[in-house]
Amino acid sequence: MYRYDDFDHRFVDERVAQYRDQVRRRLAGQLSEEEFRPLRLMNGLYLQLHAYMLRIAIPYGMLNSTKLRTLAHIMRKYDRGYGHFTTRTNLQLHWIRLEDTPDILAELASVEMHAIQTSGNSFRNTTTDPFAGVAADELEDPRPYAEIIRQWATLHPEFSFLPRKFKIAICASKEDRAAVKMHDLGLYLHKNEAGELGFEVVVGGGLGRTPYLAQTVKAFVPRRDILSYIEACLRVYNRYGRRDNLWKARIKILMQSLGAQKYAEEVEQEWLASDRAAIAVPETYIAEIAAAFAPPDYDRSPVDEAALERAIAGNPAFARWMKHNVHAHKVPGHAVVTISLKEVGKTGGDISAAQMETVADLADALSFGEARVAYEQNMVLPHVRRDRLFELWQRLDAMGLGSSNKDLVTDIICCPGLDYCGLATARSIPVAQAIAKHMAAKEDAIGTFNIKMSGCINACGHHHLGHIGILGVDKNGEEVYQITLGGDAGHNAAIGTIIGPAVKRDDVPAAIDTLIEVYLRLRQEGERFPETYRRVGQAPFKEALYAPR
Amino acid sequence: MLLVEDGALAVDDWHHLADDEPVPASGLVTVSFARWQLDEGTLRARGDKLGLRLPNTIEPKELAGDLDRFALIVLDFPKFTDGRAYSQARLLRTRFRYEGELRADGNVLRDQLLFMRRCGFNSFVVGERAIKENWAKAFGEFDVFYQSATDNRPWVMRQRLSP
Repeated sequence: MYRYDDFDHRFVDERVAQYRDQVRRRLAGQLSEEEFRPLRLMNGLYLQLHAYMLRIAIPYGMLNSTKLRTLAHIMRKYDRGYGHFTTRTNLQLHWIRLEDTPDILAELASVEMHAIQTSGNSFRNTTTDPFAGVAADELEDPRPYAEIIRQWATLHPEFSFLPRKFKIAICASKEDRAAVKMHDLGLYLHKNEAGELGFEVVVGGGLGRTPYLAQTVKAFVPRRDILSYIEACLRVYNRYGRRDNLWKARIKILMQSLGAQKYAEEVEQEWLASDRAAIAVPETYIAEIAAAFAPPDYDRSPVDEAALERAIAGNPAFARWMKHNVHAHKVPGHAVVTISLKEVGKTGGDISAAQMETVADLADALSFGEARVAYEQNMVLPHVRRDRLFELWQRLDAMGLGSSNKDLVTDIICCPGLDYCGLATARSIPVAQAIAKHMAAKEDAIGTFNIKMSGCINACGHHHLGHIGILGVDKNGEEVYQITLGGDAGHNAAIGTIIGPAVKRDDVPAAIDTLIEVYLRLRQEGERFPETYRRVGQAPFKEALYAPR
Repeated sequence: MLLVEDGALAVDDWHHLADDEPVPASGLVTVSFARWQLDEGTLRARGDKLGLRLPNTIEPKELAGDLDRFALIVLDFPKFTDGRAYSQARLLRTRFRYEGELRADGNVLRDQLLFMRRCGFNSFVVGERAIKENWAKAFGEFDVFYQSATDNRPWVMRQRLSP
């Protein structure tokens, strides 16, 4: 993975010193809370319902065992021994004291980490494929580009006070595993007819109150020009994006009001007039960064597949895990493993310090020290030899990390909701837990199914993109839940449609069950829920859900 | 009071003319963009240097032909969270080659000073706090940068490629 050199170390150290002074000024009363707020937000520190929450950046989801152990240590020493992975692949600690934050950032800096721009109206964490570098269907590893963008976007002097936050995602494979189209700006890596690498740039996606999918603004930008093109996209947004209304400030609203074509023309003009050479990314720099992501030295000796088959045959629970959580690797004899953080009955995306240390140990023993975070709030071990899978599963299972539910109905994306978040209008964690418990027995029969749940309209749980999406809202003091159907992430991304009146909290699990029963009855061979829904329409679902009982 | 880019404090010797105030025959004055549009002829005829106060909603290209007339351009931060003037500053400096004084006014806070200077500002309207809290120090809080900007400081890619 990418390693800091003297430059990066110096930068994060300077950042810690700067922030330490900001906290000192705040505690000394020289800064009002109003003035301190944007400063702490630039370092990922929120004031929530019960305490400060610190959101730690995990650039494009990449972790190693050293980072994991330090995170576990921080969770124990400064928080309550656990943390929560977000849909931006960051880690949130929910019980933080302001006075401790400079020390936490210093500990993070010591292992090449920080919390810069995990909040605020600027660039957020750039995300990409959790299978980057090991997926058989990728054109090239997207992480070097994610790292180049991370560097360029860090404390960008022109774009640190945008109208609203700005999220970028990159996909370099056939399957889009990064939900690129829901981002403010998305990049799809392509090769043009001349064999040159570059990006299709899509802009204007976003969920929240008015969800939109990103639209193509330029079919091909050579990779050396990618920073200048993004800069042009941002400059147009910074000048014309709305600032009078928080709910209309994202770039998606500018795209809608100008129209994609007009926006694209503005960007093109700006881009052509700009000094592209000044921030062109030469091949040599791409190669230098890419070297940090070179594949590890795999053990290519033959794998005893027969032994693995025997383990599968002898252990149905392991067989399920193999089926759902183990994915093809581009190097023979190896596998990519999803570690589910969705044990039924637990809080999705949460991880304890002890579990994190287990992942660190397993990463060291079985995956070249590397682990990743996926936006679905699970973790990934990217390089596991197939003859170590049984051992891996046993050790994960012993720590509550062996759930075999990747992409199944209990693998629910869920925001922290009203249990923690100051913005939430309803609880989401207990509702997701109740749904998982209710549906767990049927999950194999159902197959692939994505439920996504948010505790407010900001849609951190991506409910618009769930096959079934659930949005918690407050209706005259009562928490009720609006259900959307037919959403989808990836290349076939779609925004779900609201099926009808919201349901009461206690009724949500049964309602989901009813809707899924309709799907099971109507689905054709090989159809996932979004396909069935598009084919049969809303009526049968509506009828079943709102039928008088 | 003004903070200038080398960290010194200075007195503002410009007079900022209200729109209903008559244009004095001599002396350093700034005018609003609206006044400039209205009285361009009169203002051009004056011998002394002229300054312009530009709202953050006006495109720098609207001034493209006039920039050599101004010795000072004052850009506005109505709220520190409104970052439009950062883009205006960069465009004025890099695209339109404006070389006069570029001043940040409005809700100018210590922790944005370095961003402003990197975008091409070289003076900053500040209050008494700037002395008490030693705002000049803010310019030196970082000496490594991840991107090129208008200040032409070395940045990561260039540094790594030419050791």
